[in-house]
Amino acid sequence: MNAPLGHISDQTLQRLVPAQPIVRLEKISKVFPGRDGQPVTALGEIDLTVNQGSILGVIGRSGAGKSTLIRLVNGLEKPTTGRVIVDGADISALPGNALRHARRSIGMIFQHFNLLSSRTAAQNVALPLEVAGYDKASIKARVEELLALVGLSDKRNRYPSELSGGQKQRVGIARALATKPKVLLSDEATSALDPETTRSILDLLARINAELGLTILLITHEMAVIRTIAREVAVIEGGRIVEQGDVFEVFTRPQHEVTRSFLADESGRALPPYVASRLRSEATPGSQAVIRIGFRGPHATDPVLARLAREHGIEANILAGSVDEIAGRPWGTLVVGVPVASVQQTVAFLSQLDLDTEVLGHVA
Amino acid sequence: MSPEMIRLIAASTGETLYMVGVSALIATLLGLPLGVFLATSGKGELFAAPWVNRVLGVVVNATRSTPFIILVVAIIPFTRLIAGTSIGTNAAIVPLTIAAIPFIARLIEGAIREVDQGLIEAARAFGASPLQIVLKVLIPEALPGIVLGLTLAIVSLLGFSAMVGAVGGGGLGDLGIRYGYQRFMPEMMLAVVVVLIVLVQAVQSIGDRLARRLNKRVRHA
Repeated sequence: MNAPLGHISDQTLQRLVPAQPIVRLEKISKVFPGRDGQPVTALGEIDLTVNQGSILGVIGRSGAGKSTLIRLVNGLEKPTTGRVIVDGADISALPGNALRHARRSIGMIFQHFNLLSSRTAAQNVALPLEVAGYDKASIKARVEELLALVGLSDKRNRYPSELSGGQKQRVGIARALATKPKVLLSDEATSALDPETTRSILDLLARINAELGLTILLITHEMAVIRTIAREVAVIEGGRIVEQGDVFEVFTRPQHEVTRSFLADESGRALPPYVASRLRSEATPGSQAVIRIGFRGPHATDPVLARLAREHGIEANILAGSVDEIAGRPWGTLVVGVPVASVQQTVAFLSQLDLDTEVLGHVA
Repeated sequence: MSPEMIRLIAASTGETLYMVGVSALIATLLGLPLGVFLATSGKGELFAAPWVNRVLGVVVNATRSTPFIILVVAIIPFTRLIAGTSIGTNAAIVPLTIAAIPFIARLIEGAIREVDQGLIEAARAFGASPLQIVLKVLIPEALPGIVLGLTLAIVSLLGFSAMVGAVGGGGLGDLGIRYGYQRFMPEMMLAVVVVLIVLVQAVQSIGDRLARRLNKRVRHA
């Protein structure tokens, strides 16, 4: 934020360089044989592109198909129809040996870390390199480099049972990066961690993305994860992508009901109980209309309520509000009450300033 | 106790250790791959071959349900083929091994199945082949369980070896029956039982200690 003028951040640079897709899911569907003979469609007609160097988050409830989706990318699942292209190779059509080779350029981390309990941190990180047939000396050097990257050099000889959850996930990340992958798949990697540890793991992932240019595809059920780390988001529900786009756009202007429900618990979204409990859909004489205003455009810092009062003589009653940061950009929300008669005028005034408005209901 | 008796007990203990040791070794060499295969060849597993898995399962169960003394007699032609004779200590090793293979295979299958499926998924994700998964993930992770299983198998073999006196196999059990029971020498019977108890205790505590040392899943103080 305090970068000198004329400095171009990596992220800006990435936006300027034409986006290169590195993962492409083309018309993917996945049907599992059901228990009672009825086939179950886990995914239907999914198209998804992840650009080189980006962080794409896929969010969905459990059972929405996000686990299946991420497993298609490294061929742990085969699509029923459609193609999965990773770094130019059709993962869905590769035979065993070529697929195993391709997987070395796709790292993966897991919710429950999946570390070998019989191996130390260093030995766990070494495993993919042993499997890939590196010699002992280069494995040792690479493992030290990776442990330093994730900040665990001093724990190299510890067994997973002697490490905390966050440390285990760091070992998992080091292991996933061992064979220098181009894409990192994150399968609910922070869901088993407390908020503080989650934050530090996400910071590490963001740093790896920035420093190594590693593309990250992550799935989660937590909006907080998406807005901390992702630049793009896809919302998945019932095996279909219902909404997709820039994280800031989707957060501030959600289009789909599912997206809104994910956002409901986010700060600045939930109404305070004393408003929520009195909210009615129809107006009664003397009631106020409750309007949510989203500040995101160039007018985000304008004294809009003062202007509303001065220019239109409408006095807004502030009910709730917050200012937050989403995908690195500030975003404020304000919930206000205005007299029912002034609703249209208020909304027109605010819309003209390119502010988002939403009439939530009425309170007596 | 006469020096003659002590000499007999020492010789029989040697025979027992020889029979149990050799049969446990061969049965492990054959039972380990069989157990790994049983644990990984089910539907949708690493070496998926559900039919072969089912047939092997039936064969394993059939062998395990045959009473040992019947097995000893039933496979005499096979024993003669392998050992060149159907009587004596070497001949006794054949039925002991045949009985131990399916037992060990089932114990190893159980230990392998205890390994977290997530580890197989992680190994597949970083490009390990099925054989690499077995050698570098499944067996090392299952090792404490495998050691405990082999300990149990050796203890069972000590028990089985008492029955091979029927084919002149010798050993402690044979000594106990011939001297202790048939010649009414209760002190010989007692000595045999004491030696067997000591052997079982020794095998079990070595196995337990080894398994505990190999198990890194729990913190050691």
